[in-house]
Amino acid sequence: MTATELTPSLRQQEAAAAASSPLKDTLRSILRQRSAVIGLAILAVLLLTAVFADLIAPYGPAETLFNVEGAQRLSAPCIHALGCPETQPQFLMGLDQNNRDLFSRVVHGSRVSLQVGVVTVSFAIVVGTLIGAVAGYVGGWTDNVLMRMMDVLLAFPALVLAIFLVTAFDTLEVPFLENPLFRAMLAIGIVAIPVYARVMRSSVLSIRERDFVTASRAMGESGAGILLRRILPNALTPLVVQGTLGIATAILEVAALSFLGIGAQEPTPEWGSMIGAVRNQVFSAPHLILFPGGALALSVLAFNLLGDGIRDAMDPRLNR
Amino acid sequence: MLQFLFRRLLLAVPVLFGIIFLVFALARLLPGDPCIAALGERATEAICAAFNERYGLNEPIPVQFLAYLGQLASGDLGNSIRQGRPVAEILLERLPVTLELTFFALLFATIVGVTLGRLSAMRRNSPLDVFTMFIANLGVSIPVFVLGLLFAYVFAVGLRGTPFALPPSGLLSAGVPHQHLALAWGLGEVEGFAGSALTFLSNMTILSSLISAQWEPFIDGIRHIILPAVALGTIPMAIIARMTRSSMLDVLGLDYIRTARAKGAPERVVRSRHAFRNALLPVVTVVGLSLGALLSGAVLTESIFLLPGVGRTLFEAITGRDYIVVQALTLVTAVGYVVINLIVDISYAYLDPRIRLR
Repeated sequence: MTATELTPSLRQQEAAAAASSPLKDTLRSILRQRSAVIGLAILAVLLLTAVFADLIAPYGPAETLFNVEGAQRLSAPCIHALGCPETQPQFLMGLDQNNRDLFSRVVHGSRVSLQVGVVTVSFAIVVGTLIGAVAGYVGGWTDNVLMRMMDVLLAFPALVLAIFLVTAFDTLEVPFLENPLFRAMLAIGIVAIPVYARVMRSSVLSIRERDFVTASRAMGESGAGILLRRILPNALTPLVVQGTLGIATAILEVAALSFLGIGAQEPTPEWGSMIGAVRNQVFSAPHLILFPGGALALSVLAFNLLGDGIRDAMDPRLNR
Repeated sequence: MLQFLFRRLLLAVPVLFGIIFLVFALARLLPGDPCIAALGERATEAICAAFNERYGLNEPIPVQFLAYLGQLASGDLGNSIRQGRPVAEILLERLPVTLELTFFALLFATIVGVTLGRLSAMRRNSPLDVFTMFIANLGVSIPVFVLGLLFAYVFAVGLRGTPFALPPSGLLSAGVPHQHLALAWGLGEVEGFAGSALTFLSNMTILSSLISAQWEPFIDGIRHIILPAVALGTIPMAIIARMTRSSMLDVLGLDYIRTARAKGAPERVVRSRHAFRNALLPVVTVVGLSLGALLSGAVLTESIFLLPGVGRTLFEAITGRDYIVVQALTLVTAVGYVVINLIVDISYAYLDPRIRLR
């Protein structure tokens, strides 16, 4: 190696050192994970689809196309570029059982599923971290009672409990819960709470006795202040990992409830309910299951890959 | 070990009580008047009063809860409001179907998952590894109901007329004879517990045909179970494959593996005897934990493939507001899940003594 070769690399290192901050370091190590990059890429496409759904979709998600000539119920995809005769109108994913453009519905479905995933998990994280933080910080009986309650929730197979909860919510006269989709989201959110409570509790337990916490306690910081300003920031990593993976699960489970007919209702373009509505037509019109199913799998895959990637990036043991 | 066993059992008690209470409380919240749901048009006020009296529905809730606990203690799960017969009888009929489905799904998940994970770990970063992990990632992302419906389409319509065609619904084809075990073994009428046990076993179509040498329903039953079992087992299969791979890679990096190689053990022996066995430990836990996912998935799989199991019965009972059945089936599922986890925990502690000390 000659000196000329060495200089630029040293310069780069210097520049890198100057530019590095904890946040940038974190982002860089996440972007070094192949799965995280693929996940982020799929997610970007999904987000763009959701944001520009009105521009991408040729028709409205609930628009029935009885006045379009040649549009026939349940017809298979017709793509002009792939040899479908120009005389027929183009439908990228075919038409559904109500003569609606499936492509437009699948595109609009990205809005529903992304919102469902994020909102459901946010709810579970807020409630779960609160329970876990209190249990871990206060300890004793409080801890015991709260965590046994979480054990009870975890003792049910997720979907069984969720179905049970959704049906029970039916009687509650809360205006917000009139929409069955919200009922399904609340049920899935409740089912997910114990996971975050456990993650948070174990973080609190491991951080609580550290010197910097003792120091801030000695300086007279309140219990809530210690939890919020000292412990929570340090417990964030496992929550982020769990939350990302949790979005994938939430999307899947809400879709499953909608598939069973107790989540999103017609004409909401939700992928699970779209599949559920045509499940008996699978033999005559499989495209009605393939496309929304593919979209569903793709969004779940994106969050799974991203979650795995973040976890691998944050876990020093795996950097070998 | 005994102390660990005791502590673990003691911990399960409050959880079991919590489950019973939650199920009871939620079942009371279920919408719709059970009397109207059960009797429909015939439900007049007088008849409903008698109906509520008979099922104890007009007692105060705490009294109902105590009565419920007493009932459970004597092994009585109540009577279905809709079908007018004991829930225990329904369970006797439906539980075997779910057990058999879950067993085959888990069998598929474990065999395929462990094999894929092991191959992947041994050829780390090879195209085979990348491909397998891609399949595993995809496997955990495809919803059970999408996979099930697509399987049904591909194998029942796409491959119709080929030897690979598989039936998309039911337990057996119409017209395939399947005899009750008592009949097949020539035992005549069997009463009491033994009779119930025989009926339970008989309702496991595949197992009962196998042990009573009824080959036609056995082969037909296997053909019917393949699609639902593979659809249901795909998510656990993917999880097990990933777990086996990472556990195997962890173990292969340990000192004793280097020692084994250094003393000249052939690579094949090092991998299968030294590494693989120890790598299986975490896999055992994952297999146990997958059962929750399998039971959740069973609700979807059974309703897609029209299998008369617990999952489908549970869903039908909820929509039909048959809350005694809902209560009983949710309870049985949850309790079963707790017991299985207990067994997994204990077997894990047995396999790895360090766990007992925690």
